Amino acid sequence: MKRIVENKHPLAIRWFHWVNFPVLALMIWSGLLIYWAYHPYKIQVAGYTLVTFFPSGFFKALNVPFRLAEGMSWHFALMWLFTLNGILYVVYTFISGEWRYLLPKRNSVREAWQVVLHDLGIRKEPLPVEKYNAAQRIAYTSIIVMGLGSLLTGLAIYKPTQFWWLTTLMGGYETARLIHFALTIGYVLFFVIHVAQVVKAGWTNFRSMIAGFDVVDEQA
Amino acid sequence: MEKEQIPHMPEREKLTTEQQIRRRTLNAFAWFGLASLLPVGIWKALTAKPLEGGVPTALRSILDVNETIASTYFSNQHLAPTFAVSEAAKQVRVNGAAGLGGKFDPATWQLAISQPGKALTLSLDEIKALPKYDLVFDFKCVEGWSQVQHWAGARLADLVAKYQVGTRTGQQPTGEADFFKHVGMETPDKGYYVGLDIASALHPQTLLAYEMNGEALTAPHGAPLRLIVPVKYGVKNMKRISMITFADDRPRDYWAERGYDYYLGL
Repeated sequence: MKRIVENKHPLAIRWFHWVNFPVLALMIWSGLLIYWAYHPYKIQVAGYTLVTFFPSGFFKALNVPFRLAEGMSWHFALMWLFTLNGILYVVYTFISGEWRYLLPKRNSVREAWQVVLHDLGIRKEPLPVEKYNAAQRIAYTSIIVMGLGSLLTGLAIYKPTQFWWLTTLMGGYETARLIHFALTIGYVLFFVIHVAQVVKAGWTNFRSMIAGFDVVDEQA
Repeated sequence: MEKEQIPHMPEREKLTTEQQIRRRTLNAFAWFGLASLLPVGIWKALTAKPLEGGVPTALRSILDVNETIASTYFSNQHLAPTFAVSEAAKQVRVNGAAGLGGKFDPATWQLAISQPGKALTLSLDEIKALPKYDLVFDFKCVEGWSQVQHWAGARLADLVAKYQVGTRTGQQPTGEADFFKHVGMETPDKGYYVGLDIASALHPQTLLAYEMNGEALTAPHGAPLRLIVPVKYGVKNMKRISMITFADDRPRDYWAERGYDYYLGL
């Protein structure tokens, strides 16, 4: 028998989540417009280039070239929303007590490994029932730390003279830019895994992020 | 009056839950759809015409707000980190030749300075007579690259003080409010021009540079006199200055006319 479980995701958290989605998407897009103007990053192993960020075909396909000014305008407008939304989210999770479900616990790292094995179909035993499993706790906490990292490295390259101490703290201007970029790649990877997991978890789970309530099957 | 009793039947209850789920789902998705008009609206507002210097007006006004905020924490005490002379690049990057076209004779060059009610011209020797400062700092291009470079020249602030320009009275300043709000600079052919806020122009690291790596400036680097302003991106570091104007209105700015933020402060 089905039963409605109220408020799986509080309204505030749903707002923060869905505000963040377009804002972060536009931050990544405008960031790409900026990055194009100087795009030196690549991954090399023993002299061989494995990945170039990014091939010119990639830039062209996304209509990125020669839009630096436009990218900067968007980036420095939406940074306020990104920051404000992030701060409100963190404040809310602490005031509401939601942090209890979100922060990793002492054994989360070990458990997260079991979750990964389970999700890959290697480990068959069912996972302990929790609002967020260990892997989710680590992922959802990391993404906030990454957000803070983007904010700080972003400020470090935005005002390297006024906030020179922050730029120094972030490893210098060029290092800060590299970290800022790497974090963005991290968001894209997060997004891919996140969406795959949401698809895998199914409709009821997805609906709860929009409607708030969960539906559970109960033994009669 | 007694309330009507709903019979407690399992099938009925299940149906009600299903109906409830259905109704609430539809309800939530309707609200979600409605709420998603919000970002669409924001997008429309931010991209709405007319354009102001290549940027939609709303977006431009946010950039101006950013400038106002930045000017609250801007300080002459905040200096760009400096480096040892040995760390400076030997091959200094050249990035842009706008305003360097046309016939130009360095021998007859003079710097024209003007403001409402006052005008003067200075020779290179008169600028060299001001105290000379060396500056080795990380030059930052708006494109994203940076390079440690070694420049030398006179502080714009020293020129302003010595020749008593930049103030509305044309005398020694009695306070910060005495100064005009902006400085504009142009090349001889007027092909390149920048506008600066007065605070950035009078920053102690802002130089009118005539030397690079200990030698006289070369033409591609802006000979005979160029601006070095570490609190701004490279585009504001104007080459081959021939005219400096003080004014309250924002002077025209080459890249701000082409979609860039006017302030571009670091």
